[in-house]
Amino acid sequence: MNDVFLFFSAFLASAVEMVEALTIVLAVGVTRGWRSTLFGVGAATVALAAIVAALGPALQLLPIDVLRLVVGALLLCFGLQWLRKAILRASGYKALHDEDEVFQEEQAEAANAPRDRRIGLDWYSFTIAFKGVLLEGLEVAFIVITFGSTQGRLGLAAVAAGAALVVVVIVGVLVHAPLARVPENTIKFTVGLLLTTFGIFWGAEGAGVSWPGDEVALPCLLGFLALLALLFVRVLRRQRLELQTA
Amino acid sequence: MRYLRSFALFWWDFIVGDDWRVAAGIAVALGLTALLTHYGLGAWWLLPLAVAVLLARSLQRATRTK
Repeated sequence: MNDVFLFFSAFLASAVEMVEALTIVLAVGVTRGWRSTLFGVGAATVALAAIVAALGPALQLLPIDVLRLVVGALLLCFGLQWLRKAILRASGYKALHDEDEVFQEEQAEAANAPRDRRIGLDWYSFTIAFKGVLLEGLEVAFIVITFGSTQGRLGLAAVAAGAALVVVVIVGVLVHAPLARVPENTIKFTVGLLLTTFGIFWGAEGAGVSWPGDEVALPCLLGFLALLALLFVRVLRRQRLELQTA
Repeated sequence: MRYLRSFALFWWDFIVGDDWRVAAGIAVALGLTALLTHYGLGAWWLLPLAVAVLLARSLQRATRTK
C-alpha cells in the first residue's frame, strides 16, 4: 500500500510542477527559438539528476528513525504550505493559478528582453529555461529524495517522477500550448494532503510512535486530513460570502 | 555576503514558506511527541491534532486581513 501511495504522490507532485515548468519553456521557446531554450532545459535536468543522485544515497546512510523524523518534519512543512494555498484558492481567498495568463506574461517578457549572446547561446532563453526547470524541478527532486530515501524506494519515486515527465512532455508536444486545462488546484490539493499524511506518519514514527494498525493508519490519516481540509474550504467560502454581502 | 543571504532566503522560503509559525509549531509538536513516547505514553494522536490546529490558525491569519 505504501508503494502505491508513494508512486501516486511522487507522480502527481512531479506532474503539477512540470506543467508549470512547461509553460515557461514553451513561452520562451516559441518566442525566441528552441535551441538555447532546450540547452537550458537540458542543463537544469542534469543539475537536478545530480542533486537526486548525490543526496538520495547520502540520506539513506542516516539511521532510519532520524531520517523519518527529519523527512517527516520537512514533508509537514512542505505539505502544509501546499494545502494552505490550495484551501485559500478553493475558497476564493487566493487567485487560481492560470497557465494561460502566465504564458502570456512570460511571452511578453521574452519578446521585450534584449538579445545577449554568450557561449553561442541566446543567454535570456538559456537562463530563463534553466531557472524555470531547476526551481520547479527542485520541489520534484525534494519529494523524490524524501519519499524514496525514507521508504528505501528511491528508484520507484524516481520512476514516478520520470513517468510524470514523459506524460507532460508528450501532452505538451501534442498540444503545443500551456496545459491550462489541467486541474492544477485539485492536484495541488491532493498532493498537499498526501505530503501532510506522509509527514505525520513518518514524523511520528521517527519520534518513537507506533501507529495503531501500522500502515492502515495511512489511509485513515488521509481521510481525516481530507475531511478537515474540505471543512476549512466550506467555512472560509461562507465567511467570504458573508463579508461580501455585509 | 549578498549571495549567502539570497541562498539562505531561498531555502527559508522553500521550506518554511509564508507562515513561520506553522514550521515552529511542527517542531514543537514533534518534540512533544518524542517526549511523551520516551515516557511510555501513547502519543500517535498528538501530531494529527497539532496539524489541524496549526492549519486552522494559519488560515485564520491569512484570511483575517482580506
